[in-house]
Amino acid sequence: MKYIDDYRDKDLVEIIAARIEKITTRPWTIMEICGGQTHSIMKYGLQEFLPEKVSLVHGPGCPVCVTPLELIDKAIYLSSFPDVIMTSFGDMLRVPGSESDLLRSRARGSDVRIVYSPLDVLKIAKENPGKKVVFFAIGFETTAPSVALAVKQAGKTGIDNFSILCSHVLVPPAIRSIMSLPGVRIQGFLAAGHVCAIMGYHEYHEIAEKYRIPVVVTGFEPVDILTGINKTIEQLESGNSHVDNAYGRVVTEKGNIPAQNMLMEVFEPVDRQWRGIGVIKGGGLKLRDEYASFDAERLFPLGNIKAEEPEGCIAGEILQGLKKPDQCSSFGSVCTPDKPLGAPMVSSEGACSAYYRYSGSQKKEYGRV
Amino acid sequence: MEESDINLVCPVPISEYDCVVIAHGGGGRMSEQLISKMFFSQFGNEYLNKAHDGAIIPFPGKKLAFTTDSYVVSPVFFPGGNIGELAVNGTVNDLVCCGARPLYISLAFIIEEGFLMNDLWKIVLSISGAAKKAHVRIVTGDTKVVEKGKGDKIYINTSGVGEIFPGLMISPDRCRPGDIIILNGTIADHGISILSKRQNLSFESGIISDTASLSEMMGEVFENCKGIHVLRDPTRGGLASSLNEIATSSGVGITIYEDAIPMNEDVKGACELMGFDPLYVANEGKILIFAPEKEAGRIIDIMKRHREGKDSVIIGKVTDEDNGIVKLKTLVGSTRIVDMISGEQLPRIC
Amino acid sequence: MCLAVPGKVISIDDSDPDLKMAKVQFGGVVQDICVQWIDDLNTGDYIMAHVGVALNKVDEEDARITLNALYEMREIDFKFES
Repeated sequence: MKYIDDYRDKDLVEIIAARIEKITTRPWTIMEICGGQTHSIMKYGLQEFLPEKVSLVHGPGCPVCVTPLELIDKAIYLSSFPDVIMTSFGDMLRVPGSESDLLRSRARGSDVRIVYSPLDVLKIAKENPGKKVVFFAIGFETTAPSVALAVKQAGKTGIDNFSILCSHVLVPPAIRSIMSLPGVRIQGFLAAGHVCAIMGYHEYHEIAEKYRIPVVVTGFEPVDILTGINKTIEQLESGNSHVDNAYGRVVTEKGNIPAQNMLMEVFEPVDRQWRGIGVIKGGGLKLRDEYASFDAERLFPLGNIKAEEPEGCIAGEILQGLKKPDQCSSFGSVCTPDKPLGAPMVSSEGACSAYYRYSGSQKKEYGRV
Repeated sequence: MEESDINLVCPVPISEYDCVVIAHGGGGRMSEQLISKMFFSQFGNEYLNKAHDGAIIPFPGKKLAFTTDSYVVSPVFFPGGNIGELAVNGTVNDLVCCGARPLYISLAFIIEEGFLMNDLWKIVLSISGAAKKAHVRIVTGDTKVVEKGKGDKIYINTSGVGEIFPGLMISPDRCRPGDIIILNGTIADHGISILSKRQNLSFESGIISDTASLSEMMGEVFENCKGIHVLRDPTRGGLASSLNEIATSSGVGITIYEDAIPMNEDVKGACELMGFDPLYVANEGKILIFAPEKEAGRIIDIMKRHREGKDSVIIGKVTDEDNGIVKLKTLVGSTRIVDMISGEQLPRIC
Repeated sequence: MCLAVPGKVISIDDSDPDLKMAKVQFGGVVQDICVQWIDDLNTGDYIMAHVGVALNKVDEEDARITLNALYEMREIDFKFES
């Protein structure tokens, strides 16, 4: 497939790996923000190509992992109403809430449906005028504009039985939150390529300057990730700290302006609880008041639902790169993909799940991630 | 038996699941747990516990293969076939995976009230065609109709009986370090063809199911190669699940090569779009053959003379390292583990 | 996060000014993708699709230059070593 196969090329991977080996003279700790990048690193065993001195730390860029427990409980509660059709991306179906998950809700008779696109939800709403169709809206800046588009389309075409349960989150506030942690040892960031495809990377200059840390916009295929790491180490070795773009075929500095406008027209930033981490100022999105009629939190009686995280789950420390999955005492024993304690073990790109799947249930370490 | 002798406590921890979920039928770890903790623990025996595609049972003067299966596919009609031929081919292939010549099949229908007679007729024609092609006879059956809403259009249950080819000893615990692994063609076709017709996830493609009977091709292989150790048809749970099961049953390590595994370009595109790993997607009409390396050339030559085997290729080998674990040499040259999937694969956006 | 896949635009439908759509080919599979935010789109262009919506066009020139630069890296490093 064009623009995929070239970036999974064995020869190119070896070339970049050789270059990284050549230029790395000191130990460096780099965080890849995005769960999709974590998934790719584990799936292609990319740590195998890096010198021992280079340590990769997994970031919190997994919107599934950071969706608050409370919101999942709200989604499950909503799905139990006989006149509600709960729609969601597949990613959220197995994430544990306080007592259940959407998949089990479906098994008990709730109408829970997987969709590929928020625009598909509008079709379901049109075909089921007697039902209330709710969409569990998760995702970063990459996904939020598409949800905004669906909300606007609903308004335009008079669909009045559609609403969203909003769990959108923003990346730059999360980076600032991580860099403010005491004892943080991250020296470079691989920024999330598809978030930047929408937002551009102008927001990262201030972060690079303030924390004196290189930020390299990076893609997701093996060649892209190694290129991002290479550019980060080049900067680190020469004492630089600016923003660089290693995903130029998809990302520009200003990003996709119409998509950004759509996002800001429908949503506004809000302080948001990130599961396992805590409240991040300006770390989430909520529907603007003009779109209140599409806000499930305002349409349904959800105010009484409160939740507590299970003990034994150190998701927060893992998401902030303070611990690795195998440093969790529950990893692989009490907590597995079959019976996960927290979201990073369930989400296809959660660090714990990636580590478990690709490093085996015997906790064998393939790649030293 | 006294009531106190009966263990009334359900062995599958209720705190985990108080009802059956879809993942229990997915062919992954949850399926395996349900089957071993609940079913095998109650009525297991030396035949059932092998957990093979069928049972090889002694019978006066002969060795028989005996298998059973149920077909609940939705949609009932999918690109490349329907539930009818799926049922016949699936049963035939399970017998083939025991090293048997398939002979007789039983067929039971559970039909939901309101199912169109025309659709039933199409399915019956497919069953008849598939049975003729596989040279099997349907010798007994049953038909039940349930009220509307109590079924999902049509379910088919089968069982099959075949005669083991003389000289063959096929069993999931028989593969040995040094064995090679042969696959007869492209992966993930069936699973993706079904997905392409599911509501909310549909896309346009030319992908069709690879459902097919393997009895003719494998019959010729069995006549000429007696050294085969293990056979498996990688259906639900895909290649990855079957390989993991065999690695565990035989107590060996398995290494497969990503660049050797054949895949259609369309199927690859669909997997990329949905975020699916093709190693876990269901196949039909496919077979994994574990045999000593010296037999590989002869086996592949025979297979390539048949339509179902024209893309036959060696995809990996059995080792004595990291027993019980399946490893993948990736496209980029690194190695990673291919674990058992826990539930079912769901489309993802992250 | 954010699984996005590159695909080739094979036809464009701009009958709805608020919801421009295109048929996009991924490998052999064709899907309807919303291309509302992509300016100057032509059939034959490549876009990155995420949840049924195009994020951006693929800059084919940048891709070509970057890949060539990577191959040249090997030449440079090889010469440097010898």
